[in-house]
Amino acid sequence: MDVICPDATQNAPRRGAMSPFLDRRVFLRRGAQLALALPVAAQAGPALAAASDAGAIDAHGAHTDPGPATLDAPSQGVAGAGFSNYGMPAAAERRVIRLTGSNRDVPGNGVSWTPLESLEGILTPSGLHFERHHNGVPQVDPQQFKLTLHGLVARPLRFDLAALLRYPLQSRLLFVECGGNSNAGWHAEPMQKPAGSVHGLVSCSEWTGVPLRLLLAEAGVDPRASWVIASGLDAAATEVSLPLAKLQGDALLALYQNGERLRAENGYPLRLILPGWEGVTQIKWLHRLEVTDRPVMSRNETAQYSELRPDGRADQFTFVMGPKSLITSPSFGQHLPAPGVYEVRGLAWSGHGAVAAVEVSADGGRNWSLARLEPPVLDRCFTRFRAAWRWDGKPAVLQSRVRDTHGNVQPGRAALVAERGRNGYFHYNAIVSWAVDADGVLSHVYV
Amino acid sequence: MSAQPCLGVTRVPARKRYVLRRWLLLGLSCAGLLACSAVRPPVVAAGWLQAGSTPALGWSVSSQQLATLRPAIYPDGHGLPPGQGLAGNGARLYATQCASCHGAQGEGGTAPELVGGEGPLTRPDADKTLLTYWPYATTLFDTVARSMPPAAPGHLSADQLYALCAWLLERNGLWPADTPLDATGLASVRMPNRAGFIAHRPTDGP
Repeated sequence: MDVICPDATQNAPRRGAMSPFLDRRVFLRRGAQLALALPVAAQAGPALAAASDAGAIDAHGAHTDPGPATLDAPSQGVAGAGFSNYGMPAAAERRVIRLTGSNRDVPGNGVSWTPLESLEGILTPSGLHFERHHNGVPQVDPQQFKLTLHGLVARPLRFDLAALLRYPLQSRLLFVECGGNSNAGWHAEPMQKPAGSVHGLVSCSEWTGVPLRLLLAEAGVDPRASWVIASGLDAAATEVSLPLAKLQGDALLALYQNGERLRAENGYPLRLILPGWEGVTQIKWLHRLEVTDRPVMSRNETAQYSELRPDGRADQFTFVMGPKSLITSPSFGQHLPAPGVYEVRGLAWSGHGAVAAVEVSADGGRNWSLARLEPPVLDRCFTRFRAAWRWDGKPAVLQSRVRDTHGNVQPGRAALVAERGRNGYFHYNAIVSWAVDADGVLSHVYV
Repeated sequence: MSAQPCLGVTRVPARKRYVLRRWLLLGLSCAGLLACSAVRPPVVAAGWLQAGSTPALGWSVSSQQLATLRPAIYPDGHGLPPGQGLAGNGARLYATQCASCHGAQGEGGTAPELVGGEGPLTRPDADKTLLTYWPYATTLFDTVARSMPPAAPGHLSADQLYALCAWLLERNGLWPADTPLDATGLASVRMPNRAGFIAHRPTDGP
């Protein structure tokens, strides 16, 4: 069996009865007898756990429904609600929200986290895409909007939205991750919060926009140029320097997110998308691109988004987000109602390429099994992984680790801290460990 | 379509079950191959560039128009506006514009500390401040000019900005109190951690 870390061959997953992870086909074949995986009860839904606990088990091993005798739903026989101009989540799901946190004196300086633990598949609903703003969400008038492309170019150009919308468009499913995502991982004690409230400064959308290389070609880039300074229309006037090669490569000027025009908080009307790179470089409300021959050394590429090493020096322009994976279910705040078979579900991604393999462990990393990668498995995009796991009711520690198509492997926390110290702050991508106690309660632990 | 047997429900002879399973596996493999082929991102723009027929819908911009854009401010002082300011004037501005968040003496509050900071950066609890961490003084001017104060950013005059920077640098022992700060002076300030950064030039990939 494939193992992610060459040095872990001695820990190769044991097959058969010893491994708590079930072979995928065995799981699917036996699914009928097992009545599928038991539901994982979220804290917000104690009724689900209670129902499972209360239900008796019949002769075939299936739970009997403790609910009312009639199977007809109570909503039948009543006229339904009317049509709506823009659909909203079901009323009962309104608690699936972004948690927000911001500066007391500057309410627009803060973040909102994607509730990863409540979502499935690989696409983040636009309204739940994470936010990191330095001074709020500007209201940009699309009629007045212009993008200026200037600097070391033969022909400085300005584009309005009508012009940009006539260019050939490209759609790609891509994750966007804040360079500061998961930075609580540097803390001495593991943060006891839901997965999304610690690791949710990452989301995945279908972005549609104009390949920037077309506009750069029209402007005629000077051979001396090597950087581009990108600026946003936000109140912080966020500005970063970006290597020209990336902008002449796969950069997109995004106009659409998940099929509709960008949400205001995601850069309406125009956002730079740089596949795999940290979020701060993917300038929202983009209105200016200045081609130049050196970086401008703005605050967000010197004092911030640089990574202090143990030797006191700092890494700068570390744009690519490393390989990372996270078990979203079961995870902190959830509860396993009884021993049995559960589906371990999670997300994996890498700013270097596509996900090549994800392994899961239930014993804190001593033994690993391959998880199933659910198609599509795309370049610089969330990949959903799944593994059938039999919980025997004893304490367990669930982990996942990813290897990408370039051979980059997600590190363990001890290895990451040993290499980068405790003050790196940005680009934390260590393995996340969820402990399951004998009562089925999940907590966050360091292993 | 209704004639199609539903796998797993309708009884299917053993041989047919085998064939169906083979087709199912083949189908899954194809799906996997498709997924793999999609790993390489499509180069949509290439054809348009080769054809030399990009839409070319941008307006040309005159140098007079470009001159109205705020210039980028580089570490060598390029882009800094004319003007000057004394630390004493900066102290008064700081009190009214900055102290409520950054602290009365720049010691920090709901916003980062701007005066002092305990070195060295190898400490377990490293203090990443203007004094101990920032590599360029021009970055301070640029940050204040574009984004401060948060309630009304971008309205301070060049003289006010130089005065504020003069006071902050003076408090950190990096500029004399009685010398006006201007573009040349600001670019000449060597921040203590100037050599502390390792600039990477990542290629797009591994």
